[in-house]
Amino acid sequence: MAVATLTQSGGHHALRFFLLRTTQFIAVLATTLLGLVAVTFFIGRIVPIDPVIAIVGDRAPAHVYARVRQELGLDLPMIQQFWIYLKKAISGDFGNSVLTTNPVMTDIINVFPATLELATLGTIIGALIGIPLGVLAAVKRGSLIDQFVRVLGLIGYSVPIFWLGLMALLLFYAKLGWVEGPGRLDVTYSYMYTPVTGIVLIDTLMQGQMDAFWNAVSHVMLPACLLGYFSLAYISRMTRSFMLNELAQEYVIAARVKGLSEFRVIWRHALRNASVPLITVIALSYANLLEGSVLTETIFAWPGLGQYITNSLQNADMNAVLGGTLVIGAAFVILNLVSDLLYRLLDPRTR
Amino acid sequence: MKQLPKFIMSAAMVTAMATSFSAVQAATPPDTLVQAWQIDDITSLDPAEIFEFSNSEIAGNTYERLINYDPKDVSKIYGEVAESWTVSPDGKTFTFKIRQGKKFASGNPLTAEDVVFSFQRAVLLDKSPAFIIGQFGLTKDNVKDKIKQTGPFEVTMELDKPYAPTFVLYCMTSTVASVVDKKLALQNEKDGDFGYNWLKTHYAGSGPFAIRDWKANEVVVLERNPNSEKKTGLARVIYRHIKETATQRLLLEKGDVDIARNLNPEELAAVAKNPEIKVENGPKGTVYYLGLNQKNPNLSKPEVREALKWLVDYSAIADTIMKNKGEVHQAFLPKGFLGAINDNPYKLDVAKAKELLAKAGLKDGFSVTMDTRSTPEITGIAQAIQTTFAQAGVKVEIIPGDSKQTLTKYRARQHDIYIGNWGADYQDPNTNADTFAANDDNSDNAKAKPLAWRNAWDPGPLTAKTRAAVLERDAGKRAEMYRELQKDVLKDGPYVTFLQQIEVIASRKNVEGVVIGPSFDMNSVVQAKKN
Repeated sequence: MAVATLTQSGGHHALRFFLLRTTQFIAVLATTLLGLVAVTFFIGRIVPIDPVIAIVGDRAPAHVYARVRQELGLDLPMIQQFWIYLKKAISGDFGNSVLTTNPVMTDIINVFPATLELATLGTIIGALIGIPLGVLAAVKRGSLIDQFVRVLGLIGYSVPIFWLGLMALLLFYAKLGWVEGPGRLDVTYSYMYTPVTGIVLIDTLMQGQMDAFWNAVSHVMLPACLLGYFSLAYISRMTRSFMLNELAQEYVIAARVKGLSEFRVIWRHALRNASVPLITVIALSYANLLEGSVLTETIFAWPGLGQYITNSLQNADMNAVLGGTLVIGAAFVILNLVSDLLYRLLDPRTR
Repeated sequence: MKQLPKFIMSAAMVTAMATSFSAVQAATPPDTLVQAWQIDDITSLDPAEIFEFSNSEIAGNTYERLINYDPKDVSKIYGEVAESWTVSPDGKTFTFKIRQGKKFASGNPLTAEDVVFSFQRAVLLDKSPAFIIGQFGLTKDNVKDKIKQTGPFEVTMELDKPYAPTFVLYCMTSTVASVVDKKLALQNEKDGDFGYNWLKTHYAGSGPFAIRDWKANEVVVLERNPNSEKKTGLARVIYRHIKETATQRLLLEKGDVDIARNLNPEELAAVAKNPEIKVENGPKGTVYYLGLNQKNPNLSKPEVREALKWLVDYSAIADTIMKNKGEVHQAFLPKGFLGAINDNPYKLDVAKAKELLAKAGLKDGFSVTMDTRSTPEITGIAQAIQTTFAQAGVKVEIIPGDSKQTLTKYRARQHDIYIGNWGADYQDPNTNADTFAANDDNSDNAKAKPLAWRNAWDPGPLTAKTRAAVLERDAGKRAEMYRELQKDVLKDGPYVTFLQQIEVIASRKNVEGVVIGPSFDMNSVVQAKKN
């Protein structure tokens, strides 16, 4: 009986905890997004760019200009404009982009997969190489490897991605011909598959278009490695410092005293503990790449979110900018949540 | 140490993977022309709305206009959809005979009904370029009475005044005078929009190519229209949006595109050395100018306006910063237009400028700001001008800004000096005269805001002269009227016009037959082929 009551109250507790966490999460998401919309909206309205010109062009007659201005609601007070936008946004209508004329969400659904594809690959490459490098640098502190990782990281941090991207293209595409050039696919393959997920690698693979798939791999390789390198620079530095911290802990000494192999001490014990803060690092760097690496996308003619938002911003296409910002904001919040959940999985103390 | 070999191995694997994807010898398919171009200005594919460079060019290859002209000799006007035309003795009624046997890409036959529909729809939709047809007194209220079908293959158009026939006909060569497939457009009509919302992203024309696909900021694909009597040399033309010019160059040199459209002067010089690549150019109807705001008390002095015209090193700009991209031109009508003046009276003459400034009471010069779009070319031009202005004591502060931002400021006439470029809306001289030399109302809340207004300039009698020139039916006399207008503006106007744009394309050696016309809607790939 006593046992049953205990379990029941434990169940209640878990449920209450779960509900609390969910409400908390929704509240955080809502506040973050509302704040983002408000800030972006007002910044967008005070930039000294006239969005009407983007629609009608510089040479439009005055009456056409005036009509479009009114259609966009730009003659209303700013607060009222914001209220109208908010009301529509809550019902899922984020307005149309003036540049592409599509509903903003349709545009984002079109461009986001390209960014997702690139960012995911970049993060995978960055983590797969960055973590071992960081661990090695920590273990062999002060050695040649440590210096190498440090220099590698420094270059990754400080060299402008624009320059590095162009140099990489020049070398691997133009001179050596190892990879395909800018763009997601060769024109020959562009119409050989039906876009389903919008991620070319997955679509071509699922439809068995192997030639197109390998072509896409060859196209994505270079920009993904480049982004991978940049996240590697960050991840390896952070891994190194987390590992140094762990390796100085008493449990490591205890493990060594127990006679465990050095391999087990480093990779099973120390790295496991270092991995908890590392998850946040990786999630953050992933979120950064999702935001769209504007310059990489520009050089590699990659039709992703970064290019979309920048281009929209330059034309004061505010619906598009707001929609894009919201998606990025949501991605940040969700990635934070995921890393929270992973924390709980990896670190028993947080349970 | 155990881990090191593992790391080396994985690094080696990554390298091996990379090499195994070695690109096959890059080349575009032989029946397809691939162009790298900045096409993010496309916001619509509806001819009633098209008014930017890229979509004008696409419309020029995919739609047929009522009238057209020879890109090599603008004065040779011919009927494209029209077979012939007559003008009534009072000069106010034009009757067009429509060619028989034409078909749209959809398979629908092209008749007078489509022509009437297209013109009425343009006026009724009233988008940016609608005024090109509307300026003959056509309004939403009267267009259905003024443009009428008078036979299965005959259309008449009634104008409010007896305009110069060349003026009317040149306007009929612009994109807004393209003939749209009425049946197809109306099949896709929604809430009485004449199919506008559909046609913005679709195609309903009869040109040699059909638009198969447009992905904003990514690609436009044209495909041969089997129903057109003009047989194209190629099956497909693809415009890829490549924003970065260095990327365009790499793609071209590698052969992954056949044509690069936006290379800068240094890149052009570099690719010109490549034996696989050729560079071709043609003058465009766009002029570069400095707009001098007359609200600025210094700039409003006639001597200062003239002095600044002597303070630009025209040939240095054309030979260096704008090499291959522009040639010296000082009148507001571009070369190739009826009545254009091509002698360029001004050159860099600091002494003369100083003399004029002294006359204006500004012996020691003055300070002034210049709103400059932050593109490499415009910034380069601004710096060159800053240097030469300084030689006479005119201190220029360059205010860099994004193009839309500086334009917004210019349109609100809050600038001192603005570096602008102005493209002709249609092939008739009135297009530029109307904006450079006429200003009906110079007050802040004027209805029409031509370039003269933007620079707060009241051209006085020139406005009336501009209005008279569109009514002069004798082509010789009309040309003379425009020459006079240009001379007056050259002497006293608030513009330092310094260049006419040259469009330059770099293409692979095997590409032939691409025509660089005097305007973007005359750039043609219809006869293009690859050897």
